[in-house]
Amino acid sequence: MSLLVAEHLALPGRLHETDLRLEGGTLTCLIGPNGSGKTSLLHALAGIGASGRVMIDGVDPHTLGPGQRQRLLSFLPASRDVKWPLAARDLIALGGGGPSEEVYDDLELAALADRRVDRLSTGERSRVLIARALVSRPRLLLLDEPVANLDPLWQLKLMDYLRAQVRSQGQAALVAMHDLELARLYADRLIIMQAGRIVADGEPDALMKGADIPAVFGIERAGSGWRIRPPADPRSLP
Amino acid sequence: MTARLLLIIALAGLFLLSLLTPWDAVAALFAQDRALGLAVLVELRLPRSLLALTYGAMLGAAGAAIQALFANPLASPDLTGTTSGAALGAVVTAYLFGFTAPIALSLGSVAGALGALLLLIGLAGPKAETATLLLSGLAISALAGALTTLALALAPSPFAFYDAYDWLMGSLVDRSLAQAAFAGLPAIVTIALLWRLRQALDSLTLGEEVAQSLGHDIARLRLWVVCLTALGVGACVAICGAIGFIGLVAPIFARRLTGGHPGRAIAPAALIGALLLLAADLAVRLAPLGRTLPIGVLTALLGAPFFLWLVAHMRWRLAR
Repeated sequence: MSLLVAEHLALPGRLHETDLRLEGGTLTCLIGPNGSGKTSLLHALAGIGASGRVMIDGVDPHTLGPGQRQRLLSFLPASRDVKWPLAARDLIALGGGGPSEEVYDDLELAALADRRVDRLSTGERSRVLIARALVSRPRLLLLDEPVANLDPLWQLKLMDYLRAQVRSQGQAALVAMHDLELARLYADRLIIMQAGRIVADGEPDALMKGADIPAVFGIERAGSGWRIRPPADPRSLP
Repeated sequence: MTARLLLIIALAGLFLLSLLTPWDAVAALFAQDRALGLAVLVELRLPRSLLALTYGAMLGAAGAAIQALFANPLASPDLTGTTSGAALGAVVTAYLFGFTAPIALSLGSVAGALGALLLLIGLAGPKAETATLLLSGLAISALAGALTTLALALAPSPFAFYDAYDWLMGSLVDRSLAQAAFAGLPAIVTIALLWRLRQALDSLTLGEEVAQSLGHDIARLRLWVVCLTALGVGACVAICGAIGFIGLVAPIFARRLTGGHPGRAIAPAALIGALLLLAADLAVRLAPLGRTLPIGVLTALLGAPFFLWLVAHMRWRLAR
C-alpha cells in the first residue's frame, strides 16, 4: 500500500478535487506557476482547512494528538518568519523527535545552535526551520520551497540530503519548488500544477522533454536552459 | 527550575510580609486582645494580600497568553482595552442599572472585557501588526474610558464620581474575604485553564500554518484565550478596579526564564505578576504620603516608562 493515500482533497477557490498517492522512499517535486495551487495542495495534505481524506501509513492524522502527529507528517511553510526570538536549538526542539543530534551534523547547524533565530541570516534561518521539520523523522515530509534563500552549494547539499534521508528511512517527500533543473536532478517523480489542478504527473526526464512545461509556464527550451516563449504570431492563425 | 523555585520562595516571603506589615499595629493589638488581633489579620489584611496575589497572577498569565496569541510582546490586558472594557461593564452595571451585588458586578465586568476583546479582534484582525493592535487598543481604551465617565455622569447618585474614584484607579483596600473569593477563585481557575493551552500557544511561534498542521485548532484556541482572559481579568476588575502594566511587564520577564517560549511562560508570568503586585501594594502601604495611594497609580507610574523603554528598544532593534 502507498505511504500516502489522499482522496477528494479540495479547498474552495484554490484546489479542485484531487486524489494523490505517494510511495515510501521517493522524493516528489511539485512545480507550477505562482498561484497554481502548490501551497494549497501541501496545506490540504497537512490538514489545514481542506476537505477530503488523508491516510498516512494507514492512519488518519486527524485522530492523533500533536506529539504523535509530528512523527507522521511535518510541514515546512514558505514563510521563514519566526514569531519569537528563540535560540536555534529551542526552535528545532519544537519539532519534537527526541535526542537525535544527527540533523545538527547533517545540516551543519552546530555553530548556529545557540544563536537566536532573529540574529541569523535568512538562509541560516531556513536551514534551522528545515531541521525543525526533519528532526522528528516523520513518515511524510511536506516542504514548501525549502531551497528558497539557500546559496547554490546549500541548494545541492539540501536536496542531496533529502533524497538520501527519504531513501534510507523509507519516508515520502513532496517538495514544492521553482527551480526546474534542481527538480529534474533530484526528483523521483514530478507533478505539474496549473490553476488548482494536477495537469501532469510522471518521470522527471520525460516531463522535462514534453509539452506540459512550455504550455503551463509559457516558456520554451533554449540550449541547456529556458527562455520566454514569444506570443503566437496572429497572422499565422487560420 | 531553580529560578522558579526562587520565585515561589520570594512570593511566599512577600505574601507573609504583606500580611504582617506594618507590624507595630498588629503587635499592639495582639498584646491587648489576641482575638481582635487575629480578626484584623484575617478579615482586613488577608483579603488584601490574597487579592494582590491572585489579581497579580491573573494579570501576568493573561498578559502572557494574549502576547502569545497575538505573537506580540506589546499586547496586554490593559493595552488591548480589556481592563477598561471590564471597568466600563462594572460601572454601567452598578451605577446605571443599579445592581451592586458582587455577582452582578462580576458578570457586568466580564461582559465588558469580552466586548472589548472581541471589538479588538474585529478592528485589528487576529494577526494584527503591532501598530494596528496598539492603535485599536488605544481607541477601545479611550472609548471605554469616555463611556465610563459618561455612565458616572448620568448616574442617579450625585456621589457617583467620588464613590467610584478609588475603585477606578485600582485599589485593594477594605475588601472582604468574600470579595477576595469572588475575584480570586475565577482567577485561579482561569490561570489553570490558560496554562493548559501552553503547548498550542508555543506552536504559534512557527506560525499558524505549522500550528494547524500539528493539529491545533487556531480558531478555537483564539476563542478560548479571549474568553478566559475576559473572565479572569473581568472578575478581578469588578472587585479591585483596573490595574495597569503588570500584564505587560510580567510576561516579558517570564519569557527570559523559558528561553523565549511564549506559551510555557504563562506559569512564571503568573508568579512574577503576583510578586510585582504584592511588592507594589507593600510600597503603597509604606509610602510616606499620609494617604494611601491607589495601587493602579503606582503601577502606571512605574509601568509607563518601562513601556516607553520597550518601544524605543524595539525600534532600535528594527532599525539595526
